[in-house]
Amino acid sequence: MNHREYDVLIIGGGITGAGTARDCARRGLSVLLVEKADFCNGATGRNHGLLHSGARYAVTDPVSARECIEENRILRRIAPHCVDPTDGFFVTLPEDDITYVHKFVQACRAAGIDAEQVDTGRALEMEPSLNPDITAAVKVPDASVDPFRLTLSNVLDAEMHGAETLIWHEAVSLVTEGGRVLGARLRDVRTGEEKEVRAAVTVNASGIWGQAIAAMAGTQIRMLAAKGALLVFGHRVNRMVVNRCRKPSDGDIIVPGEVVCVAGTTSSKVPFEEVDNLRVTPEEAALLLRESSALMPSLLNTRVIRAYAGVRPLVAADDDPTGRKTSRGIVCLDHAVRDGIEGLVSITGGKMMTYRRMAEEAADVVCAKLGNTAKCDTASAHLPLVEAVEEQRTKGEPLICECEEIDRAGVRHAVETLGARSLGELRRRTRLGMGTCQGQLCAYRAARILHGDDAEAMQDDLRRFLSERWKGMRPIAWGDTLAEAQFTAYIYQNLLGLRK
Amino acid sequence: MKLINQLKTMAGENLEKCLKCTICTAYCPVMAVDPMYPGPKQAGPDQERFRLMDSAYFDDVLKMCLNCGRCETACPGGVRIPDIIQRARIQYGTHAPSLRDFILANTDLMGSVATKMAPVVNWTVGLKPVKGIMDGVLGIDHRRSFPKYAGRTFESWFKREAAPAQAGFAKKVRYFHGCYVNYNYPRLGQDFVAVMNALGYGVELLGGEKCCGVALIANGQAEHARRNAERNIGLIKAGPGPVLTTSSTCTFTIRDEYPNLLGVDNSAVREDVGLAVRFISSLLESGEVRLAFKQGFRKKVAYHSACHAELLGWTVYSIDLLRRIPGLELTVLESQCCGIAGTYGFKKENYRRSQAIGEGLFEQIRTAAPEAVVTECETCKWQIEMSAGVPVQNPVSLLAEALDLEATAKLN
Repeated sequence: MNHREYDVLIIGGGITGAGTARDCARRGLSVLLVEKADFCNGATGRNHGLLHSGARYAVTDPVSARECIEENRILRRIAPHCVDPTDGFFVTLPEDDITYVHKFVQACRAAGIDAEQVDTGRALEMEPSLNPDITAAVKVPDASVDPFRLTLSNVLDAEMHGAETLIWHEAVSLVTEGGRVLGARLRDVRTGEEKEVRAAVTVNASGIWGQAIAAMAGTQIRMLAAKGALLVFGHRVNRMVVNRCRKPSDGDIIVPGEVVCVAGTTSSKVPFEEVDNLRVTPEEAALLLRESSALMPSLLNTRVIRAYAGVRPLVAADDDPTGRKTSRGIVCLDHAVRDGIEGLVSITGGKMMTYRRMAEEAADVVCAKLGNTAKCDTASAHLPLVEAVEEQRTKGEPLICECEEIDRAGVRHAVETLGARSLGELRRRTRLGMGTCQGQLCAYRAARILHGDDAEAMQDDLRRFLSERWKGMRPIAWGDTLAEAQFTAYIYQNLLGLRK
Repeated sequence: MKLINQLKTMAGENLEKCLKCTICTAYCPVMAVDPMYPGPKQAGPDQERFRLMDSAYFDDVLKMCLNCGRCETACPGGVRIPDIIQRARIQYGTHAPSLRDFILANTDLMGSVATKMAPVVNWTVGLKPVKGIMDGVLGIDHRRSFPKYAGRTFESWFKREAAPAQAGFAKKVRYFHGCYVNYNYPRLGQDFVAVMNALGYGVELLGGEKCCGVALIANGQAEHARRNAERNIGLIKAGPGPVLTTSSTCTFTIRDEYPNLLGVDNSAVREDVGLAVRFISSLLESGEVRLAFKQGFRKKVAYHSACHAELLGWTVYSIDLLRRIPGLELTVLESQCCGIAGTYGFKKENYRRSQAIGEGLFEQIRTAAPEAVVTECETCKWQIEMSAGVPVQNPVSLLAEALDLEATAKLN
C-alpha cells in the first residue's frame, strides 16, 4: 500500500499518458503515471513517426485534418528537438485519378493546410527518389517526428513539475467503493509484487488496452484493434515525406526518420487477444513493398531491415470491419457523466499527432472535478530538451552501437539519467540496436555495461532482446537481412555460446 | 547536379550489402597506424547512412583514406567501400582544391610544362630552399623526393622513333601509356614497345589520351576527371582490339572508377582494357607466343603486390610471368600497402602516416635484400626507391631486360 494519495493516477505510458501527466503536473496537481511495460511500448513506439500536416485526412475527415495542422504548428514550436522539418509530397501515379488532386488541394486549403501544387519536374528535383512517372505533386507541411524523444520529453517535463512515474507496473484492478474509483491495484511485472495506489481521479490513457481498464470499472468502451504494419528500410532513401495522393488506403506513405525510412501502412482488424503479440505477415510485407516501390522505385534495391506493427486504438463508430472508416477524432469520456462512475476519465481515440490536445481535454475534465482552475499552457511552454544521446558523445569513448553511433558515454547517460535497465529500455532511449545489423555488434557490449558481472541477467536480457530483433526480421528475412540474421545467430550461439 | 543524383543512387544501393562483419577494418593500412581514422566500415557504409540524412555528418577525417582498396578486396559482401568514401568526398567535401592539390592533381598539365624544362625543374625541386618553400607554402612535404621529369615525352619519342616500324606488324595492340610514362619515365614505354614487337605485335597509341584522372579524383576535381574519362572512353571505343597498360592504377581507374565513381559508362570496352602482363601471360598460356631469354641472365628480385593490382585480382599474371624467367630469384613479398597512394604521400599532413604504413613493407624488402623490387605501380616505385633504397622495376621492363629480343622475335 502506497500511503500517499495522488490527485491523479494516469494509466498508460504512451504519448497520451505522458502528455496528460505533463499537463496535470503543470497545473499543480500531484500525479502518478504508471505503465505496464516501458514508455512507448504500444502504438506510440510502433507508428511511422509522421508529423501529420493533416493533408491525409483533408478529404475524408476535415475535423481531424484541422486538429492535425494546428497541433503540427504547435509541436514544431514547443518541441523542435523532436521534429525534422522535412516537408512532404502527395504524388499521383499514372493509374491514379488525376481529378482527385484538385479536390485534395481544395480540401487541404479549407482545413487551413498550406498545400501547393508543384510542377512534376521540380518535384523530382526536390525529391529525386520519386517515381519519375508521377503525374502530379502537391507539397504539404508534413514532417518527421521522433515519438520516443517526444514521449520522454513529456515525461521529463511532468517529473520536473513533481510527477512520479512507475514503469513495469500493470494495473490489475481498479479500487472501487460505492460506484466510485479510488485508485488502482498495481503489480510489478518483474517481481510479481502488488500494491494499491489511491487517487482522487484515475485517467485511463491506455490506448487499445483502455477497453480492459474500462471493463475493470464495470463499463464498456467499444474499440477496434486496427493493426498497421510497417517496413523499415536500411537508410534514408527520401528526404521528404512521400504520400500517395488518393483516398486513404494501404501502403501509401514513406517517412524519412533519423537514418532510415519507414513505409506504411496496412489496416486490418485483429482480435483484442492478439494486441500484445502482433506479427507482420508475409502478405503484409509484400503488399507494403509493392505499394511503396510504386512511389519510390529504388526501394526495391534497398535492404528492408525490419517489419513491425502497431494497433490503432479506434473507437467504434459504425460497422466498418477494416477500421478505416472509424473516427480518428478524440474521445474523452467522463465516466461519471456517461456511466455514473465517479473518479474515472478515459482519454482515447485520436492519434499521436493530437496527443497534446487529448491531454488538454482530459486534464480539463480532471481539473474541473478537483476544482483546479489553472489554465493549460502546454501549447506555448517549450518541452524540455531530453539531451540527445548523440550529444553525449565523447571523444575517445568507444562506439557501442556502430550502426546508430552510440558510444559508451551515451549508453551510460541512458542508464544513469534516463533509467534504462535492460537492452530493450536502452533501445527505446538511444536507438541502440535499431540499425542495419539489428543488435549484432552492440547487444553484447551494451549487456556488459548494463549487467556487469551478472551472467544470468546478461544472458536473459540478450535472449529476450535478440528474439525480439529476430521477430522483426523474420517477415522480411530474405537477401542481406537473412544473411545478417544468420551471421548474428552464429556469433551469439556458436561463438559466444548463448543458449536458445 | 545530374552527377550528384547518380552518385546518390549508386551509394544507396551498395552500402546495404555490408553485413557488419568488420573484416575490412583488419585490412585497412591507415587504421593500423592511426587510431584517429574510423576505418573503412565506419567511414564507409556506416557513416554514409548519416550523410544521407544530413550532409553535415561529412567528416574531413575521410581524407585520411588512401583509396588503396584493400578493404574492398577483403569484403565478402562485395561492398565497394572505397567508392562510398571517395563519393562522399566528391559530394560533400566543401573545401575548394588548394593550389597544392591543383598541382598534384593535374599530372598531365604539369608534366607538359615540366618536360620542356626538365633539367631545370629536376634540379630546382631537389634544392633544399625550394623544398622548404614547397613545404611551407604549398604543404608538400620536404622529405619527399620528387619523380624526375624526362627531357622528351614518350609520345614524341614514339612518333619519331617507333611509329614507322609498327606498320610492319599484322597484329596490333593499343597502348594507354599514362602520364608517368609520358613525362617521367618514357623508358618503360620503350620497354613495352620492344617486348610487344618481339612478341609479334605492333603498338599504336590512342592519339590524344588524357590523364586517367585518378589524381583529379583524389584531389577534389571530379568534374575534370569525368571529362577526361569521357574522352578516353571515346578514344578506346574508336579503335579495335585490346588497349594495354603498364600502370595498375590507370587500369583500375579506367575499368572501375569510371563507371562506379564518375558515372561514365565503359561497359562496351571495359574488358578490352588490361595490364600488359595479363595479356602476355595469357598469350603464353595459350601457346600463341614463345619467349627466348638471354643466356646466363641472373637477377634477384622481390615482387610487391600494388594495392590496385591486388584489387584488380591480377597480381597472379605478373607472378606467373616472373616465374617463367630462368635465372630469376624471386621473393613474393607479403601483400602490404607501401603508403604513398599516388599524391597522398606527397602531402605534408600525410607524410608521417604514409611512411608508417609502408614501414612493414620496407622492412620486408630490407630483409629480402633484392637487386630490384618489381611492381606494376609507378607511385609505389617512388615510395620504395626513396624509403627502402632499392631500385624498382615494372615487370614489363624486367621482361625486356631478361629477354633476348631478337631471338624472341624470330620465334613469333
